[in-house]
Amino acid sequence: MQLTINGQSHQVDIEPDTPLLWVLRDTLGLTGTKYGCGLAQCGACTVLIDGQATRACVTPVESVAGTEIVTIEAITGDAEGRRVVEAWVDHQVPQCGYCQSGQVMAATALLKQTPQPTEEDIAAAMINLCRCGTYNAIASAVRQAAKA
Amino acid sequence: MNDMTPINASQNSDGQAGLLNLSRRRFLGVSAGALVLGVALPSGAGRALAQAAAPAVVAGTRVNAYIEIRPDSTVLFRSAFIEGGQGIFTAMAQIVGEELDVDPARFVVEAAPPGPDYLLIGGFRFTGGSMSVRMSYEKMRKLGASARLMVMQAAAARMNVPVPELTTEPGRVLHAASGRALSYGELAQDAAALAVPADAPLRAKSDFRWIGKPLARLDVRDKSTGKAKYAIDLRVDGMLYAAVQHARHLGAEPHTITNEAQVLAMPGVHSVHRLPGAVGVVADSWWRARRAAESLQVTWAAAPQGTRGAMPEDYSTERHREGLKAMTGDGLEAEASGDTTKALASAKTIIEATYDAPHLAHAQLEPPSALARWNDDGTLELWAPNQAPEMFQGAAAKVAGIDPSRVIIHSPLLGGFFGRHFFYASANPFPQAILLSKAVGKPVKLVWSREEEFLRDALRPMAVARFRAGLDEKGMPVALSAIAVGEGATGRWFGRQPDKVDSSAVEGIAGKLYAIPNHRVGHIHVDDPAVIGFWRSVGHSMNDFFYETFFDEMADAGKQDPYDLRHRLLAESPRQRKLLEAVADLSGGWKRGPYQAEDGTRRARGVAMASPFGIEVATIAEVSLRGEETVVHQVWVAVDPGSIVNPAIVEAQINSAVAIGLSIALMEEVVYEEGVPRARNYDGYPILPPDRMPKVHVRIVESGAPMGGIGEPGVPGVPPAVVNALAVLTGRRARSLPLSRASLAGSI
Repeated sequence: MQLTINGQSHQVDIEPDTPLLWVLRDTLGLTGTKYGCGLAQCGACTVLIDGQATRACVTPVESVAGTEIVTIEAITGDAEGRRVVEAWVDHQVPQCGYCQSGQVMAATALLKQTPQPTEEDIAAAMINLCRCGTYNAIASAVRQAAKA
Repeated sequence: MNDMTPINASQNSDGQAGLLNLSRRRFLGVSAGALVLGVALPSGAGRALAQAAAPAVVAGTRVNAYIEIRPDSTVLFRSAFIEGGQGIFTAMAQIVGEELDVDPARFVVEAAPPGPDYLLIGGFRFTGGSMSVRMSYEKMRKLGASARLMVMQAAAARMNVPVPELTTEPGRVLHAASGRALSYGELAQDAAALAVPADAPLRAKSDFRWIGKPLARLDVRDKSTGKAKYAIDLRVDGMLYAAVQHARHLGAEPHTITNEAQVLAMPGVHSVHRLPGAVGVVADSWWRARRAAESLQVTWAAAPQGTRGAMPEDYSTERHREGLKAMTGDGLEAEASGDTTKALASAKTIIEATYDAPHLAHAQLEPPSALARWNDDGTLELWAPNQAPEMFQGAAAKVAGIDPSRVIIHSPLLGGFFGRHFFYASANPFPQAILLSKAVGKPVKLVWSREEEFLRDALRPMAVARFRAGLDEKGMPVALSAIAVGEGATGRWFGRQPDKVDSSAVEGIAGKLYAIPNHRVGHIHVDDPAVIGFWRSVGHSMNDFFYETFFDEMADAGKQDPYDLRHRLLAESPRQRKLLEAVADLSGGWKRGPYQAEDGTRRARGVAMASPFGIEVATIAEVSLRGEETVVHQVWVAVDPGSIVNPAIVEAQINSAVAIGLSIALMEEVVYEEGVPRARNYDGYPILPPDRMPKVHVRIVESGAPMGGIGEPGVPGVPPAVVNALAVLTGRRARSLPLSRASLAGSI
């Protein structure tokens, strides 16, 4: 199976129903994408599939062959991603940090779809869980990234 | 099939001091090209001998154990405390950098290996109890100052001038008279040969450049770009992956596996293993291991009746709660003043109430994992999320059957902890990783699925509190009896003394500062059948809810405003009274409500005080109702930690504490039926989602009192402040958490 991840082509030989998350983490060693729940509940595994925020833990790898997959490892190669990361640093968003790859990817996807998001747009897009409760800092950082 | 000897539960569940191996240490390898300051230690085989002959190490004094100045004058600092989002690595860099005279941004901080140098918490070492900064602050300052003096002494020798003619600026030693300067990196090797001075001067507080400032955290960029590595992310050469299926009931053992041959034939599967209380599969990827582990059809042999620590097959949290509520008697006395019995008998008005709070899961986002590797020299190397390296080293040595000195522990960044990563025997994956790695002769990384984590987490204990208060004719409280019922986590893991009250069971009911002339706090111990552990703010996480909510009941019964009554009863406690005033001021002046907000919602406010972990906290919450749902709009928190290292970290920790405090007020509860937890993932155990996060306003009051901890104390005030506000809106008292248990319209 041929996958395009962060602009690079990868040939992977694996059961087609394997979740993309585990192909990224174990097969390709891209561990920036996190495993949190495995049920699309928490969003720690969020990646971009053709620019859309997608939960890799429930996405069969066969379903994303032929798409453009972007993970946190390539985030600063992306214009919106760079802005989001700088806003994350400015607002000192992460605490434990474990959910933040997914949060950054979700924010990046939001800005790609909606460059000038309203508060409602932000609330609708930023639904990933954070046990450290960094939600207010996340919202502030997204606002800044949208303005930048 | 590999049949493994079950771990003797009594050996591994005691958590006693005996598990701590305090007598041995292992140094980290020195990174290539780096110069270790104060490296004048014997190396190789001679080290252990010298170690044995040497006088006992005084923790926190040996510069070399902590500080490595590198040629580029950056500093590698080995922290006794583990970073899990609380900002401790940054705080350590600020404290040490201030005295060493190196910009904290030039620090690289990592968790120290086990060893006597790092036993900073009363001869022990753990990251918890909000103790890290307050227990090490003076020692870490002195350590930085000693290192600076050593660098200056090296410079004095190099320049052939006396030390008093030298000064430093960040990363450099200067000789003003001659205009010469040398970088720390250039001097590190010479400084390494020097003894640690006993009398290095400390910087005056008024000259602090970094302590007390909102410095950026060192790990934020890595954590924002996916570069930060957690235990679950690590890999070593030749590593295999493992997943387990646990017995539904703790204490049951695997009996037969009916489809082992089929599972062994699944793609990538290396082997199937019996483990104590579980079966495991080793495979070439975790997903394959997990799918295979879940496919195993296992029959389990129940634990013999009466097995210590085994989960009864008929256990129900609902029944346990009713049992706690049914306990009668006054219990062991934890704290008392005056004559409560007599004062209650003569009081004008008596009010009574019984409160309860459920078991809670830690629900940290990083599922537990452990990577074990047996090295050719017979040592065992272990990478595992942990809050207590020496305890894990001792426990791992027992599982491995080797001396603790031969266990090398790595302590990666924690993807949240909140008390999750202490040594809780059945709640830690590392014993299984050790056994699996030994069995297959290769390194093994074991990850618990979220479902296995919810099955085996060590829970915040369930508790009940029974209150009886007497008011005089003016409506003032004159007597208060409070009986806490349940089991404390400290007693479970550090040895319960049946004739003494476990402070972790009563803290937050005991230790209150209100001037009620007659009061008594009692505790009735009831074994909790669940595996219980430490959970953010420990006993305070429930007990301040019980007490501070009942306080409002007393105020209402005596027709007093709850803020004013607190203010009056804190007349002799100026620090707390000032803080109460501070939170009222921060919120724009106390108003209880109900009132109509600009958006048309009907809102009310509740207030609560708490004195956890050596600090003082005052909290006000603003609440409205949207149908049946409690909406918390804003939370104001005034904290007095005595003094602080980084106000930005304090504010972040308070935000975090408000989130988790609100989460347990609104929605968190572990429910067991027939001995198993009903929820095995976040779908059944919701935690606070972003759309329920309130605005948080923080005011830090530095009273100059002894420094307290900051990681946990923001939690306890939130549930009572919310529930007190809710009572204003509904006219009813919620005495049981979470609020999602009760219909706000009906049963509270």
